[in-house]
Amino acid sequence: MVIVLTVTTMAAGFLLGFVYRSTAEARDKAANDKLVAAVSTVVSGFDNDPVAECTTVSVGNRQYTVYPARKGDALTGCAVESSSDKGFSGRITIVVGFDREGNILGYDVTSHAETPGLGAKMGEWFRGEGPRSVVGRNPKAAPLRVSKDGGNVDGITAATISSRAFLEAVNSAAEAADTYYSQFTK
Amino acid sequence: MNFFKTIYRSAVLENPTFVLLLGMCPTLGTTSSAINGMSMGLATTGVLICSNGAISAIKNLVPDKIRIPVYIVVIATFVTLLQMLMQAYTPALNESLGIFIPLIVVNCILLGRAEAFASRNNVISSIADGIGAGLGFTVALTLLGACREFLGSGSIASLSIFPESWGALLFILAPGAFIMLGFLIAIYRYLRR
Repeated sequence: MVIVLTVTTMAAGFLLGFVYRSTAEARDKAANDKLVAAVSTVVSGFDNDPVAECTTVSVGNRQYTVYPARKGDALTGCAVESSSDKGFSGRITIVVGFDREGNILGYDVTSHAETPGLGAKMGEWFRGEGPRSVVGRNPKAAPLRVSKDGGNVDGITAATISSRAFLEAVNSAAEAADTYYSQFTK
Repeated sequence: MNFFKTIYRSAVLENPTFVLLLGMCPTLGTTSSAINGMSMGLATTGVLICSNGAISAIKNLVPDKIRIPVYIVVIATFVTLLQMLMQAYTPALNESLGIFIPLIVVNCILLGRAEAFASRNNVISSIADGIGAGLGFTVALTLLGACREFLGSGSIASLSIFPESWGALLFILAPGAFIMLGFLIAIYRYLRR
């Protein structure tokens, strides 16, 4: 009995270990590709490798990963990975691109668990036309808020909680970008 | 038993979703679209064929008292293998199915087929049973996903049929899954009567 159980678990262990090692490279590559794709959709016109040059900045007690975008030697902008735990179903992680003035160039939602058809629309919604778009806005001057809270961003219909969480993540990303720029120019 | 007869019996006469009502958690959780339902079904089918075959092959070596732990180890191994392969080669699919991939381990269909079929039959017919039950599950999930997607967002497999704003959001959410599953089971029973 003991022998059978031992042999089974050992065989399973060896098999898993083998596959784990042989797919490790492909899995790392897949995760990295996703990040590279996210970064290059939110900032453009760079000729360096932002993912390889990533650094962290801390604002308050939170750490943010910043991916600097350079053209030649000049810093043209950066992409910041930020998150909010105030989503309707847990954490929302986004990557936001900023130019040197802190204007939003674009964003990409990298992981979320929001309701399909409602909060899950945020990947497209805040890129849309008119007052729902966050692209081109500058959260440094005035933090972005949904119109329900007295701001000027139209939140997702019937998904105010998700919209608030999204904008919170955008605002904290902007803070991180600002901190990064001030450290960079120092 | 005839190979194709076994497939037919496990897929249609003993359809895991519509007749045995096994594996309800992934059935309700992953069918918000036809593609998601189908990928979940195919992932489960893959594991089911491997685990049924392996369990049938080792059934005479495993003492009766510890057969359940051994089956669980076998199933968990195949699920973990599947997840590592999906992370490596289909990261987008892995993301959209999320927690439901590791949860295949505790899907009653797998242990149910191992207990009820693979531990009593030879390797070939166990594999046939795995194919049958897997296909039955896949078709059921695809159908449920397609119905929910159609009613909820006006498209099937991302092909738009009517504008999304006309869709009843209810069908994308959990209650819609229960309602739709109930209707599909009723229709299935009616057709098989």
